[in-house]
Amino acid sequence: MRTRWRRRFAGGARRYVHTAWGIVVMVLATMLLAACGGAAQTGGPPTPASAPGERRLVVMTHDSFAVSEDVMADFEREQSVSVEVLPSGDAGSALNKAILSKDAPLADVFFGVDNTFLSRALNAEIFEPYQSPALAAIPDDLKLDPSARLVPIDFGYVTINYDRAFLEARNLAPPQQLADLTGPAWKGLLVVEHPATSSPGLAFLMATIATFGEDGSYTWRDFWRDLRANDVLVAEGWNDAYYTHFSGSSGQGPRPLVVSYATSPAAEVFFSEGKLETPPTGNLMAGSFKQIEFAGVLKGAREPELARRFIDFMLSRRFQEDIPLQMFVYPVLPDAALPDVFVRFAQVPSDPAIIAPERIERNRERWIEEWTQIVLR
Amino acid sequence: MRLRYAIYAVPVIFLTLFLLYPLAMILRSGLAGGFPAFTDRFILSVIWFTCWQAVLSTGLTLLAGLPAAYVLARYRFPGRSALYALATAPFVMPVVVVAAGFVALLGRNGIVNDALAGIFGAAAPQIDVLNTLGVVLLAHVFYNLSVVVRLVGGLWSVLDPRLEEAAAVLGASRRATLRRVTLPLLAPAIGAAALLVFLFTFGSFGVVLLLGGPRLATIEVEIYRQTAQALRLDVASALALVQLCATLAAAAVYDRLQRRSTVALRLRPAGASARPPETCRAWLLVGGCMLLVLLLMAPLPALALRSLTSLTPGVEGMTLEYYRMLGENRRGSLFFVPPLAALANSLLFAGAATLLALLVGIPAAYALTGNAVRSVAIAHTRRRVSGRQIARVILGGIIILPVGVSAIVLGLGYIVAFGPPGWLRSPLLIPVAHALLALPLVVRSLTPALQAIDPRIREAARVLGAGPARIIMRVDLPLVAPALLVAGLFAFTVSLGDFGAALLLARPEYPTIPVVIARLLGQPGAANYGQALALGTILMGVTLAAFLVIEWVQPRSISTP
Repeated sequence: MRTRWRRRFAGGARRYVHTAWGIVVMVLATMLLAACGGAAQTGGPPTPASAPGERRLVVMTHDSFAVSEDVMADFEREQSVSVEVLPSGDAGSALNKAILSKDAPLADVFFGVDNTFLSRALNAEIFEPYQSPALAAIPDDLKLDPSARLVPIDFGYVTINYDRAFLEARNLAPPQQLADLTGPAWKGLLVVEHPATSSPGLAFLMATIATFGEDGSYTWRDFWRDLRANDVLVAEGWNDAYYTHFSGSSGQGPRPLVVSYATSPAAEVFFSEGKLETPPTGNLMAGSFKQIEFAGVLKGAREPELARRFIDFMLSRRFQEDIPLQMFVYPVLPDAALPDVFVRFAQVPSDPAIIAPERIERNRERWIEEWTQIVLR
Repeated sequence: MRLRYAIYAVPVIFLTLFLLYPLAMILRSGLAGGFPAFTDRFILSVIWFTCWQAVLSTGLTLLAGLPAAYVLARYRFPGRSALYALATAPFVMPVVVVAAGFVALLGRNGIVNDALAGIFGAAAPQIDVLNTLGVVLLAHVFYNLSVVVRLVGGLWSVLDPRLEEAAAVLGASRRATLRRVTLPLLAPAIGAAALLVFLFTFGSFGVVLLLGGPRLATIEVEIYRQTAQALRLDVASALALVQLCATLAAAAVYDRLQRRSTVALRLRPAGASARPPETCRAWLLVGGCMLLVLLLMAPLPALALRSLTSLTPGVEGMTLEYYRMLGENRRGSLFFVPPLAALANSLLFAGAATLLALLVGIPAAYALTGNAVRSVAIAHTRRRVSGRQIARVILGGIIILPVGVSAIVLGLGYIVAFGPPGWLRSPLLIPVAHALLALPLVVRSLTPALQAIDPRIREAARVLGAGPARIIMRVDLPLVAPALLVAGLFAFTVSLGDFGAALLLARPEYPTIPVVIARLLGQPGAANYGQALALGTILMGVTLAAFLVIEWVQPRSISTP
């Protein structure tokens, strides 16, 4: 009887039984692995395979963070620690990830909060104060957080780069003011970054707000309306804008004007590895924004002491002198020697815009939404 | 007896903790402060755009899908089944694969622009359709063509052609026959298909985010931006509630329509009314339909082809370079791990999600199949189960809920609900979310199989002395094994292809394939582009394999609506 129904009902299905059980066993095995992985994680920040007993410091940052191998190796040797860098998206997204995971931090140190996001980071209370002794040598105007939860590491100027060869071929004089960009000569030639996803994009929006103001006969909104009418292109991020759409970079895109950094022309000379004597690009000197980048020790860090050592290290001459050619911004340490290309080709904009972090925090989302409405919808 | 409680307890506990609780937290967060943002023109414009792009996408999909459904339902020609498979395969394709495919075909370095440059030289016109509404609509048609072909084509193939012939004999023109006879008969299927397409495109996330550029935002995309970029969880929650209400309402209407559409028609067996194309007009129609489907599906082969083509200027020909690069972890690269490690992550998550979905789905399917529970229970205890009916209705409602809950909404819910206790650190949240998203599919695959088991087999087993656990292991599971395999594969592909939940929940050191592909696509340079396409091709291959196994195991359930 038993064999009969088996033959009758299970016969058709039997060939699947083997496969199905195979899959169940496989899935069980992977589940077990995942569970083990999960269990290993509950103790603290990520712990990939490493030598037993070695300490580990996790640095969460944005995608543009860079440091020389040997500089980082020095720190690792001195402190006998291994440093893991955790790139977590653009500057805004990386900070948001840190805020969202504040109850179980993913890292010990966070690098890459800039002055446009400073207040958000401080209000979220994710950083421990740390008065590094190295801060004494740093100019006061860069220390925007008096309680030193976030300490300045580098700064730069966001401004407009133009492609010299393109302008010469068309007999165009470089633009002098932001207002020039709305003229017919520059129609369809500018690429900017989306302020919601890109920190230079947001910095440039701040520059236009500081330049044109919120009230009056011609506000920043009017300026952007005119830019839109002049066919401005919006890219998601700096990489995309600079390397895909800008004609002055190695990417050789179609547009000769891009929102970038005042140090980008010097970077072009450096990266040409001797092929270029002078920068192929230039800066619009008016309408720039001073961007300061900060780092801090995350609350609930597994290695708070090491994290503080890392802050000291980032403020040390060794790291500070490495900054210019790695991230193409200025070190905050005044004594740090600047590389030759910076001395020769980097221009400091005359009158960079400054907006108080509190004012930015109060208005940032509204400005971004108004901007989106004006430029994109 | 204990088994009976377990059957209800496992799904109820799982769904309460990982679905209802996060949704409740979204409700709280949204009501707490999100709705004032709705007076904003900005948020309203997002809602408005979501609606009209969905209407437009639905219209275009019907326009392309109805002729294709007709041809596939009414004509027999060489390559018909291949064409059918081609038209229906995109439905299971992960959105990042589709986006990468469109980039490979139509992007700046895509095949079309390359071909144009090859024909016209350096002065070739460059087409740049990425980041426009056009490419979003195209991708929506690409995705949802299969819905129309399956639902409308399914009914069309079993409609009795004699009704149309009678109309023709009575003097009606072709157009009048179509308008007065065929379309009214097909109306329920067309309505259901249109509603489903509307539902899917209303909740479109990956297509709009990856192909639409910064200008376009549906509600889903805006939920993501408000969460990940603006960090306004209250506004995101309020938007999630709007999304939830809209999709649940549409799902309810769909359910109603499905019930009403079971009109007593005299149906013919599928394929009986299909004939080979004889007239010139018929051949033209078949050819045109083939061309349409082939053109529409071009992004998939384009992806595979492009991932093997060298993109470095000066280096021509085919290369495996980009596949090789996937195994490397260059210092200063975007990722904590080499891209290939993401493949391991994805497989691990998918395996765990499959197991979870089955662990919850099997008891849930038992609970919903009253017959099965009762026959196990009665066979064992001969006592009636009280309150079973009510419990089943409630459970059925909750299990269907994930259909209306998108991956993004679920991800947001986990951030709102599990952020404060610090659970976001756990990599297990991703398989949990994936299991939930797959649960409706799993339960829908299992219930018919369980229902089909003849209770007398169980009774026989009982008489022969088997306990309930033994009955389940030795009788039920072997009998539903094919359905189990299909359910597991569904869960596996859902997890493998998920973009929304992983985007919000994946930790930087545990990226999944879709997350890595999306990030690579956003970066400039031939190396990133090539790697994105290579990884996309791998994901496409794995998904296609799973899809083929599903088709092979249950060949019949595919072609019926």
